[in-house]
Amino acid sequence: MNPVPLKESRALRWMIAILGLVLVLSVTQELARPETTDLISAGTAGSTLRRAVPILLAGLGGIWAERAGVVNIGLEGMMILGTWFGAWGALEFGPWWGIAIGIAGGAAGGLLHAVATVGFGVDHIISGVAINILAPGITRFLSREIFATRTGGGITQSPRVESVGHVDFPFLSGGEVFGWASPDIFGWIADRGWFLVSDLFAVASGITSNVSWATLLALALVPGTVYILWRTPFGLRVRSCGEHPVAADSLGVNVYRMKYAAVIISGGMAGFGGAFIAIEQTGIYREAQTQGRGFIGLATVIFGNWQPLGALLGSLLFGFADALQLRDRTAVHALLLLTGVAVAAIALRSLRRRQPVGGAVLLAIAALMLWWYSVTESVMSELPPVTPHIATLLVLVFATSRLRMPAADGMRYRKGQE
Amino acid sequence: MTARRVVMALAAPVSAFAFSVLISSAVLVAVGTNPIDAWAEMLSFGMRLETLVETSNRATPLYLAGIAVAIGFRMNLFNIGVEGQYTIAALLAASAGAAMTLPAPLHILVIIIVAMLVGSLFSGVAGYLKVTRGVHEVISTIMLNAIAWAMVGYLMRTWLADPNDTTLNLKTREIAESGRFPNLNGLLQTFTRDIKGGRELGGFIIVAAVVGIVFHLYLTRTRSGYDLRITGLNPFAAEASGVDPKATVIRAMLLSGAVAGLIGLPEILGDDFKYDLSFTKGLGFAGIAVALIGRNHPAGIAVGALLFGWLDSAAPILDVRGDAPREIVSILQGVVVLSAVVAYEVVSRVRQAQEARDTAIATAVPQPAGDDRADAGVDQ
Repeated sequence: MNPVPLKESRALRWMIAILGLVLVLSVTQELARPETTDLISAGTAGSTLRRAVPILLAGLGGIWAERAGVVNIGLEGMMILGTWFGAWGALEFGPWWGIAIGIAGGAAGGLLHAVATVGFGVDHIISGVAINILAPGITRFLSREIFATRTGGGITQSPRVESVGHVDFPFLSGGEVFGWASPDIFGWIADRGWFLVSDLFAVASGITSNVSWATLLALALVPGTVYILWRTPFGLRVRSCGEHPVAADSLGVNVYRMKYAAVIISGGMAGFGGAFIAIEQTGIYREAQTQGRGFIGLATVIFGNWQPLGALLGSLLFGFADALQLRDRTAVHALLLLTGVAVAAIALRSLRRRQPVGGAVLLAIAALMLWWYSVTESVMSELPPVTPHIATLLVLVFATSRLRMPAADGMRYRKGQE
Repeated sequence: MTARRVVMALAAPVSAFAFSVLISSAVLVAVGTNPIDAWAEMLSFGMRLETLVETSNRATPLYLAGIAVAIGFRMNLFNIGVEGQYTIAALLAASAGAAMTLPAPLHILVIIIVAMLVGSLFSGVAGYLKVTRGVHEVISTIMLNAIAWAMVGYLMRTWLADPNDTTLNLKTREIAESGRFPNLNGLLQTFTRDIKGGRELGGFIIVAAVVGIVFHLYLTRTRSGYDLRITGLNPFAAEASGVDPKATVIRAMLLSGAVAGLIGLPEILGDDFKYDLSFTKGLGFAGIAVALIGRNHPAGIAVGALLFGWLDSAAPILDVRGDAPREIVSILQGVVVLSAVVAYEVVSRVRQAQEARDTAIATAVPQPAGDDRADAGVDQ
């Protein structure tokens, strides 16, 4: 019942899962060898991580709000605020200030959502939609006022901004220690070409070299969120507002204050995600550059069963699809093979669990995927960007019974009323 | 009593609009322009016949989008997917219209039916998933939006693209003369003067008006519309009195999608005669805004759509004259939506408190103790 992350058994299970994933990827890579070499590589791993961060941050934002019982459809709008304010801050005061101001911009959006939903009791979806309409209006106006007059800027984009800087991990990926270049152990093993082992280390090398400091900060927010929400009195109070606000109130919890805090933090996380896109991913603010990542973040909340680790997993999955499509179009075709293999594996598991009907259906899907792979040369370029959306729909359709949202999520709460 | 109700009903939208104008004016002052000049400029430009024609043309799809959203909202069903539904419906309707030749009224009718079918098919998926698998329609329609856009992109690039096209602008083939919706310039010009600048008053506004009236009659005069309304007001009471909640969800979703399918048609049938890359996007989300402002009532939505349409048509003058950036209008629109929903919430709470007080007074035992109880009810 009580989600206690990172128990020993759980850590072990995670490691096995990761190893299994790398194994599947390695095997698929070998099968698709002449066509693509990008299915599992240091480059793809690094790119996956970069692509996953904004989705992860939006997802964490969603978890904060929904754990406090406030549905936050406005994540997309708050992210948009984050991109603009992030770029503006980076331009005026430097990249770290940009991140901070982007967070503040998103948090301001969160505050607005909290005032409407918690303060005035407006329906959460309606308020979120309104924020998604308002945010692009604000950024468009501000761009016109501030970016349009600068060289390289315009009504829809900012001048280029600097990123916060990158780091190679010392000893693991050849980072420098006080000016001395340490050995690149991961990279060395990755270059050996040992089956599975090299692939594993290529992934490790990809996610430990040339890593943005902002990425590390974002990743630290995963255990940070777990710790605060599940290990501190404040977190317990926040979650109690999402499960049973009336009971929380009867125990002396200031429900309004907790909800305000959680929704503002939620907006701040989304704002960070937006700032990350502008400052780290693209180095420029561009209108509509969030491309609905706030909504995908919302999807990872459900995908990950309202758990930060689940959201991380979901964002990595979606980041992978994103990265592969950007790096190498042919790799996307190989993705069909991968999906086919993965579905076949799930089908076998279903059959072993004596679920013949489900297993048969999955086997048929796997066969279809592999057939599709074998008869086509490439896959339509429109497919990979929507894989997160299709995956989310499938998860919702087939795994609804295993998901458990906070009990009072999305409900209006007025003090003194049942 | 009725006078008070009217005041209450108007209090929220009027104060929300006033508040939004105030906020936008403050923003204009902050960037160093005179808000009064800007608003006056917009007003005088906005009263020209050509601007009003443009307003009507912009308001027509917004109104349809607002109705499509409102059908769902009336039973607490959030069809965020109008955006995707109208895009794919417009593409397929335009292609179907180009692929055939029929006598004029029939041709248009077939295109309209195709658009409505495609729209409701797409929204029906969300409805089906909700009643069979319990998937919340907000999430499923958001996901379906992305899927619809991907499908539109793929179909545009492959099967439905105009094979004779030599430019890089992807488009479908053009609809023949018989499938084009006539404009209302002749009718308008008999009452006013000639419309300048090649502007045309789109005829689809008639269809939009009919949809609004049918929507109103459906809700107030039919059994099925009544089911839909009471399900929105109190789903438990509705189910207890014999309304099938699943059928109602499916029906509302299908109807919403069918109207959504119409949103793109003013542009396809009256202006472009084809679907291309410049097809207007974002009408579905704007429709949500318009429905929220109009409180899901056909007349209110008309006011919202006309307001948004007018703001969009009158704003460009700000750039021409250089008084203020026209983008101020998008802030104004955003603030209107948010402050309107807050204002409605506050007014409905005030009204509830008042009703509770009236009821308490009306039913109170004529003893001092009764008054105490009535006051206690108001305090909440």
